Amino acid sequence: MIIKPNPSLGVPIYLQLVGQVKHAIETGALRPGEQLPSIRPLAEELVINVNTVAKAYRELEREGVIELRHGAGAFVAETGRARPGAAEKFRGAQALVADAVGQLRKRGLHDDEIRRLFEAALAGLREAGGRGG
Amino acid sequence: MAEELIIEATGVRKAYGAVEALKGLDLRVPRGAVCGLLGRNGAGKTTTIKVLLGMVRPTAGQARVFGLVAGDAKASVAIRSRTAFVSEDKDLYSGMTVGELLRFTPDFYPTWRADLASTYLTQFELRADAAIKDLSRGMRTKLALLLACSTGAELLILDEPTSGLDPAATEQVLKLLVKQAAADGTTVLFSSHQLADVEQIADRVAIVDRGRIVVDGVLDDVRAAYRRIELVFDGAAPDAAFKSRGVVGTRREGRVLSVLSSAGDEGVVAEARALNPRSIDVHPVTLKEIFLETIGVEN
Repeated sequence: MIIKPNPSLGVPIYLQLVGQVKHAIETGALRPGEQLPSIRPLAEELVINVNTVAKAYRELEREGVIELRHGAGAFVAETGRARPGAAEKFRGAQALVADAVGQLRKRGLHDDEIRRLFEAALAGLREAGGRGG
Repeated sequence: MAEELIIEATGVRKAYGAVEALKGLDLRVPRGAVCGLLGRNGAGKTTTIKVLLGMVRPTAGQARVFGLVAGDAKASVAIRSRTAFVSEDKDLYSGMTVGELLRFTPDFYPTWRADLASTYLTQFELRADAAIKDLSRGMRTKLALLLACSTGAELLILDEPTSGLDPAATEQVLKLLVKQAAADGTTVLFSSHQLADVEQIADRVAIVDRGRIVVDGVLDDVRAAYRRIELVFDGAAPDAAFKSRGVVGTRREGRVLSVLSSAGDEGVVAEARALNPRSIDVHPVTLKEIFLETIGVEN
């Protein structure tokens, strides 16, 4: 399963779901027109609240990432196409992060500390940049 | 969109002699929600549940379930006919076998769902010929929940449904509750000491402490609103009082001043800049931290 939220992170689960679906589309794991699991079965499979999944799908629909077709389910929007070079861009970003992690380890930081630094930076950036994007 | 409230408690007080178990408790649970009720032992969780079920009458204030006043004799009968309750002890008629109990129980419930009962019986691998008194704690819990979920009730109230269960049985129970809420729109209120369970399956959380609700809301909103702001100073951290809305608590430890906010970080960060710290860090906060801080700091 490409979607797997971690409930014990301090990040809202629905936002984790939104991010994971977008990421799957950008890397091409999910393609335009493909069907996403329906809300109820997905909630049951992930053992998370059905309202949380519904909220994530509504947010994805609002952003035009997916289309909710009444009675038929949720589909990746045609405009939700993987951006050209998205996979390469992502690999490049991974290398950048790996490099940063490597350097931090060299400076003697533990993985726990590095994880906290990343989380703090993300939480700070998200607040500074405003929400709803 | 106005949500229909299945549970609405306002200013509920309950005194047992000189001891006040509930001191003005407010709680709202909309239809279809799965609400986790958290609190220490003796915080008032079980008393809250008893008030909702009409098992004890509030000393002051009012609790409504399905819009009906809990504690009123007639209304309580109506409330209980639409509610399934599983107590902490999972008390069952221990003189019977599983099969006998399953034949005997449906008579009390006009809305009994035989289809669900037989599905869950297979899923939980409960043997019909097993004597209830010989069941393990996990099996007893599963049987009690199976019965509760099969009654066709609109509201499930569960007191510590996963206490004493191993991780595999816990997951089975959580799956059952997710499915129940997803497929049938059942409203669920469950008390728990297992923060992980609440984080996983609840969409609402209520934290009760010393007879009052200190947090009540949509879990994802709570997660998004709480932030820990950590300020590091060159010397000892100043004894600063933050005036921003939503400051839950402040802790000084050497050079570090740590502020927990329930309303984002903007206000605190703006105030903090004036203190001229060496660094300002903003962290997301887990439900465990929120729980420990709110019950530690609130009066």
